[in-house]
Amino acid sequence: MTALSALLSHWRAHPVQLAMLLLGLALATALFSGVQAINAEARASYAAAEAVLGQDRLARLVPAEGTARIDEADYVALRRAGWLVSPVLEARATLDGQRVTVLGVDPLTAPPQAGVGALADGDTLADFFTPPGLRFAAAETAARLEGVEPADGLPPGTVLTDIGIAQSLAGAEGQLSRLLLWPDQPEGLRPWQEIAPALRLEEPDAAGDLARLTDSFHLNLTAFGLLSFAVGLFIVHAAVGLAFEQRRSMFRTLRALGLPAGQLMALLLGELTLLALVAGAAGVALGYLLAATLLPDVAATLGGLYGAPVAGSLAIRPEWWAVGLGIALAGTWAAGARSLWRVWALPLLAPAQPRAWARASERALIGQAAAAVALALAAFALAGWGGGLVAGFVLLACLLVAAALALPVLLTGVLLAVQLRVRGVLAGWFLSDTRQQLPGLSLALMALMLALAANIGVGTMVASFRLTFTGWLDQRLAAEIYVSGRDAAEAEALRAWLEPRSDAILPIWSVTGEISGEPGAVFGVKDHATYRDHWPLLAAEPDVWDRVAEGRGVLVNEQGARRLQLSLGDPVRLPAGLELPLAGIYSDYGNPQAQAMVGLERFLAAYPDVPRLAHAVRVAPEEAAGLRTALVDEFGLPPDRVTDQAEAKRFSLQVFERTFAVTAALNVLTLGVAAVALLASLVTLSGMRLPQLAPVWAMGLTRARLARLEMLRTLVLAALTAVVALPVGLGLAWVLLAVINVEAFGWRLPMRVFPSDWARLAGAALLAAALAAALPARRLARLAPADLLRVFARER
Amino acid sequence: MSVRAALIWMLLALPAWGQGAGGQGFAGMGAEVKGFALPDPDHRFSFPADHGPHPDFRIEWWYLTANLEGPDGTPFGAQWTLFRIGLAPGAGEGWQSPQMWMGHAGLTTPEAHFAAERFARDGIGQAGVTASPFAAHIDDWEMIGHAAPGEDELDRLTLTARGADFSFRLEARAEGPLVFHGEDGFSVKSEGGQASHYYSQPFYRIEGEIVLPDGPVPVTGRGWLDREWSSQPLEGAQSGWDWFAMHFDSGEKLMIAQVRSGARSDFTAATWISADGATDPIPDGAARFTPLETAAMAGRDVPVRWRVELPARGLDVEVAAINPDAWMDTAFAYWEGPVRITGTHPGIGYLEMTGY
Repeated sequence: MTALSALLSHWRAHPVQLAMLLLGLALATALFSGVQAINAEARASYAAAEAVLGQDRLARLVPAEGTARIDEADYVALRRAGWLVSPVLEARATLDGQRVTVLGVDPLTAPPQAGVGALADGDTLADFFTPPGLRFAAAETAARLEGVEPADGLPPGTVLTDIGIAQSLAGAEGQLSRLLLWPDQPEGLRPWQEIAPALRLEEPDAAGDLARLTDSFHLNLTAFGLLSFAVGLFIVHAAVGLAFEQRRSMFRTLRALGLPAGQLMALLLGELTLLALVAGAAGVALGYLLAATLLPDVAATLGGLYGAPVAGSLAIRPEWWAVGLGIALAGTWAAGARSLWRVWALPLLAPAQPRAWARASERALIGQAAAAVALALAAFALAGWGGGLVAGFVLLACLLVAAALALPVLLTGVLLAVQLRVRGVLAGWFLSDTRQQLPGLSLALMALMLALAANIGVGTMVASFRLTFTGWLDQRLAAEIYVSGRDAAEAEALRAWLEPRSDAILPIWSVTGEISGEPGAVFGVKDHATYRDHWPLLAAEPDVWDRVAEGRGVLVNEQGARRLQLSLGDPVRLPAGLELPLAGIYSDYGNPQAQAMVGLERFLAAYPDVPRLAHAVRVAPEEAAGLRTALVDEFGLPPDRVTDQAEAKRFSLQVFERTFAVTAALNVLTLGVAAVALLASLVTLSGMRLPQLAPVWAMGLTRARLARLEMLRTLVLAALTAVVALPVGLGLAWVLLAVINVEAFGWRLPMRVFPSDWARLAGAALLAAALAAALPARRLARLAPADLLRVFARER
Repeated sequence: MSVRAALIWMLLALPAWGQGAGGQGFAGMGAEVKGFALPDPDHRFSFPADHGPHPDFRIEWWYLTANLEGPDGTPFGAQWTLFRIGLAPGAGEGWQSPQMWMGHAGLTTPEAHFAAERFARDGIGQAGVTASPFAAHIDDWEMIGHAAPGEDELDRLTLTARGADFSFRLEARAEGPLVFHGEDGFSVKSEGGQASHYYSQPFYRIEGEIVLPDGPVPVTGRGWLDREWSSQPLEGAQSGWDWFAMHFDSGEKLMIAQVRSGARSDFTAATWISADGATDPIPDGAARFTPLETAAMAGRDVPVRWRVELPARGLDVEVAAINPDAWMDTAFAYWEGPVRITGTHPGIGYLEMTGY
């Protein structure tokens, strides 16, 4: 007990150090567990979406490729033949002016696994069926919709209601999306293929389409979380190392007084664990706040990019807070392992001289340089021959770790080179003292370098993407107005009405199905200048548009072509047995799936039942606003059925910005953590550097001058680090654009550079370094001369 | 509570169906049941229209039971039932129709009992009844009439039903007229005046085939079709009923039932049917029912051997289940199975017991 209070007295004497340790660990844990919390919430939402109506356990009959919906008559025919099936309609509809997914069910025929029964219970069954019917949604969705009751087990943005009511809400009378198959069917039934040949069987999907689709997005987030955590661990390592270093004499005394080594170790381990738990808990709480702040953006991204419904509010789930605490513990132990080992091996009788941090040794530097070169070679090898997203991330890790390891080597080299060229005692002392300090600062500088590189890399990636994306939007969204009818009759009327009032009406009609085995969608494309002049083609036959118009060729989007490894001229298999040679590849950012475009005539011949609802309308730009108003007046179209070009672009850009809002936030936070790491290291060093500074002071350098030199030293090191970070960051950007993006999303983006961003970032880094150096420098400037004098006399 | 349970709740509110929810349970339903029509003692039946549905009433059924025999004399029982349940009066097109359908099928052998059920919405063609030509169906279960000109629409029927492990196909041919219970088909169910419209066709000769897990068996026998509709619930205290349909060897028939009331005296009703179809309604209190033996099933004790007395007709018989375990394990569970009758009037019949 006495030993414990002796150990803990250190922290009472050094509250800043304690705060630094706790802050570093808490920040690291916060970033990591925040990212994990976001991932966990999103995955829970996918699971809920997939489990809805028991679809993870029930097989179902779905429309065959080339048709969008099931005719209700097929349902009745199957029931009349004895098949136990239950109808489901899933469609978009506007409720209370908000777009939601309505899920229509028939509780009378739903299999028990669908879990519908719990919603329509005794007294309310009649209300459930009878218009306006009962409507249910996840609590969050229900809260913003009139007359919708909260219910468990529904994904956000989905309203469950009676099948008949859903049909009228969605304007899909007589149409169904799928039929749930009861697991046990009577024997001796006529095969369903004979009764309803327009259907196909889909087995229950436990693996989860959404989870697969969004995997790369979450892997990206996780990689960022880990990077942040690694940066945070530098702080912990510095603080723990210092606390152990400063207590060496105390350890020796305790041991000399008879405390067994094992017990001392146990006490220290307990102390570390306690600190880790306190900081970890605080970090998890911070992580929760972080995740709760970022989640709405992430949810919007996942919704916009993948159509994945994700709740905007965060639940506290053990899978992230436990992992957060666990990694805080593991990180602290790992950071403290070397220090603990030194205590274990402490020679009892040797004089308890505090070693001024680990000294630079040429051997260590050479070792680091060798490791850096090996990792860099590995990175090159991976860039050349690696494949897959994981390889991409390993490549990233190799690149970053190699750069981090090389940093002290490079800095030493630069300092040496400069030292050989300068004259003057002070400059010589300054440079060699700086070199002397490098080992103590190198971890913090590595953290700074990584944070800077990540900022440059991710910033370059996002900015390149934005530039490409906006250019692409201008090409892609060439039409002035986009309008869709609520049903076939209205769409027909729209076309007739628009015919004399517009330059062209371009159908946006599509069927979903497999493209050479990949899930995707096929669009019919009209032969029009809009496409010939604007469509963003990456590769194409010279007469590509003639081929498409004449039904002799097909266009496939970049991600589809990449995934299917198609090149021009290769045959592409489309739903309903259509097969055409590849005539061109177009860029299609923001779409996770494969897509193909077929000439309209050929398209309608192959898929006569395609719903013909959506259209792009070309008019003179100055007439667009008037035509839009007229459309709304004439047809009473709800606002979501008619948009103009500017609005469509605004929406697309909004999705884009949201996608990277999280990245930007994490970037800033990582830089902040690096600044704290630098501060922690400087505070640590400043305490130990008195013996080195005292002689210089004794020789006549004032404390203020010494403090300014200390400040300058930090700024020089930060500036050099920033210089090193630039190529690393650009390398990172290249990996992100040319490897990770291609693997994760299927599109390769041209890299653009933005030097003004670098200048801003370098400024931020210097500012962070200056702030971090200010505190120790101020302390030094105000140090009582007696303290400096005591260095020469002090018993240590 | 599930949807199925909700249906039960509605069925509980029916005349002669009940599970004893202890008085207050259905009190709110009262006599004015959300605009549904009430049984009218002055109603004059008109056929074939009245063979079809009456959507202004809350509940209605087409209920056929058959006592069958295999080539080796093994007794079997079969049940084919279609219920119509109105959420609101009137029928409509599409999913908006406020009507629901529920089918029950049962098949009983001396050793085994099979049951299946189906549910369907009205208005989309999955289930329904047309009076002429007569056709009732839910999913692939059918009761199709093919009466010759001049015959009643129900005189010739083909019935099919299928469960997970059984099926049957029966041809039914009526050998007598329709019979009307109570006062010309106005059948009172309680002292408080709850009533239904109720007629039967008890004179079917049946031929057909039942398919058991072991294979098909050709069968012959007798069938009894009940048609009943109403809108009123049981009286609060009535907890269930015991209903007997008896085919005596003499050619006479008897519908005899009691509605159990716990504390108060039970309400009884009976119709004596001569071999030529002439009916004699027997008023409340004339019959006596004594359970002789119970069997445990599904967590309850159900009487499977009864003594039934009707002194006015000199009837004193013992009624024993051919298979005591004829429990209909459907969403709304009850006992329904073939029985053998011994005593003053030997014969065969069907027994239905609810509310145990």
